[in-house]
Amino acid sequence: MVCEQCGKKPATVHLTQVIDGEVKKLHLCESCAASTGFDLPGNLSVTDILLGIDGDSALTTKPVASLQRSCPTCHMRRSDFKKAGQFGCPDCYETFREELNPLLRAMHHGDRHVGKIPTRQGVAVRTNAELAELEGRLKEAIASERFEEAARIRDTIRACRARLGKAESGEEA
Amino acid sequence: MNLETILQGRSSWVGSARDPGPLVSSRIRLARNLNGRFFPSWAEDAERSRIWKELSEFLPGLDVLHPAAAVEMSELADIDKEILFERHLISRDHLSKGEGSGFVVREDEQVSALVNEEDHFRLQAMLPGLNLSGAWELVDALDNQIEERVTYAFSPRLGYLTACPSNVGTGMRASVMLHLPGLVLLNEMGPIIKGMGKIGLAVRGLKGEGTEANGHLFQISNQITLGQNEADMVSTLEQIVLEVVEHETNARERLMQDQEMLVRDQAGRAFGILSSAHLMQSKEALDLLSNLRLGIDLGILPGLEGLNVDELLLLTQPAHLQKIEGKPLKPKQRDSARATLIRDALARAGKPGRKPRT
Repeated sequence: MVCEQCGKKPATVHLTQVIDGEVKKLHLCESCAASTGFDLPGNLSVTDILLGIDGDSALTTKPVASLQRSCPTCHMRRSDFKKAGQFGCPDCYETFREELNPLLRAMHHGDRHVGKIPTRQGVAVRTNAELAELEGRLKEAIASERFEEAARIRDTIRACRARLGKAESGEEA
Repeated sequence: MNLETILQGRSSWVGSARDPGPLVSSRIRLARNLNGRFFPSWAEDAERSRIWKELSEFLPGLDVLHPAAAVEMSELADIDKEILFERHLISRDHLSKGEGSGFVVREDEQVSALVNEEDHFRLQAMLPGLNLSGAWELVDALDNQIEERVTYAFSPRLGYLTACPSNVGTGMRASVMLHLPGLVLLNEMGPIIKGMGKIGLAVRGLKGEGTEANGHLFQISNQITLGQNEADMVSTLEQIVLEVVEHETNARERLMQDQEMLVRDQAGRAFGILSSAHLMQSKEALDLLSNLRLGIDLGILPGLEGLNVDELLLLTQPAHLQKIEGKPLKPKQRDSARATLIRDALARAGKPGRKPRT
C-alpha cells in the first residue's frame, strides 16, 4: 500500500479514526505522518502509537469518542472487545491496532510474526516482492534503451502476474 | 468409522506400555481461522452452522485424519462429551457447545480438530512421552492439508489471526504433561513455577487453565505466540522439560537417600489401599495412583512394572467409569466402580514381590 498523501513511499502508519460516528482510515508513510501531525484526539503523538512509549496512555487517556469506535466489518465496539477479551473478526486487528500494540508487546516477544506462513499466501508475498524488483529493472532497462532486455523482463513480469493471480484466486496450493 | 469405536477404545496417547519416569504426554495445538468470516463467538448461529457444514464436509477425508469420525456437538450425549474432555480431545469450553460446533478425530486419537470453539479451527496432535517434534509434524501436516482447501486469516505482520490476541502469531500452544511427585514432596515446585513464568512458559494442573495439580500431574506450556517461530519454541520447551525431568529425577534420588522408609511406606500403603478398597473417591484415587506410579518408577514395587498407571488415571474418571458400566452412576456408585476397576487391574498385574533390602 502506498502513502495516501505523497503517493510515493509505502504506507506504514495506518490510522483509524471515528469522526461523527463515521470510521475513517488513513494510510500514510512515516515521514508524511510525522510532518503532518494528526488530528488525533487527546495528546497522543505518532511516536506514542508507533513505539508505544507510553502504552498506558493509549488505553486510559483516550476521549470518550474513541470508545464508540467499532470495526467496519463486524461492528464489534471497543467496549465489546474489552468485555469479551476476544475480537469479532480478523479485521478487528486493523481496527483496534492502536490499543492492541501495547497489549501484544506486554504479552509476547515483540509484535511481529516470525513463524510459519501459509503456503498460498506465501506465494503471494514472495511474488509481490519479485514483481516490485522486476518492475524496477524494467524501468532501468527502458531508460538506458536496452530494449531486448526490457522485452525479456516484461515477459517475466507477465508470468509473475499470472502466478500471483492464480495464487490469489486459490488455484495454486 | 464412528465415534463409538473411539469411545470404547483405549487412548493411544497413553501409550501401550508406559516408559518409567516423569514424562506422560506431549501435545501441540494450533489456532486457525477462516479469512473474511466472523470469529465463532461473534458470529450468528446460522453462520456457525454454515461453517461447520463446510468444514465437516472435507475434514474427515484428509489424509492425516484418516480414518476419522466427525461429530457435531449437538449430536453428542453429555456423557460422551465428558469422555472426550477426560481424554483431552475437547476443551472445557467445547463441552458447552451445541449446534454449529463439532470435532473431528482420527481413530487413534493422536490427531484431531475442534471446529468453532474459540477459533474456527483448533488443530491438535497428542503423543505419549516427550515427543513434541512428532506432535508438530502431525499437526503441521494437518494444517497444510486444510490450507489446500481454505484461506486462513493471516497477516504478514501479525501472523495467524485468532479470536484472542493472546494466541495471535503462530497460534501454537505446545505442552508436556509431567508427573512430579519428587519435587512436590520436597516442596520445590514453587521456584520452578515462578521461573517458568519469567521465560514465557506456564505450569498448570492436569486439566489446563486454572486447575490444581492433582495427582502431582503438571502441564508445562508456552505462553508466547508472537515473535518466536514454532521450531524454536518447541525446542526451548523440550529443553526446559528435560531440565525439569532432571530435577525430578534428582529429587527422587534425594528422597530415597534421606527418606527411603517414608517413600516405601507411601508406595506400600498406596498399593494396599488400592488393592483392597471398595469405595474410592476420585481425588483419593489420583493421589494414591500417583504414589503407586512413583513406587513403580523407583523399583519399590517390583512385579508391577507392567501396570499402566496412566491408563488407570484416565479410566477412573467419572465419565469413563459410567461408559464402562454402561449406565449413569451416582457419586457413591462411581466410587464403588472406581475401586473395583482399580482392584481388578492390580489383581491382574500381580502382587509386588519383595525386593531385598540393602
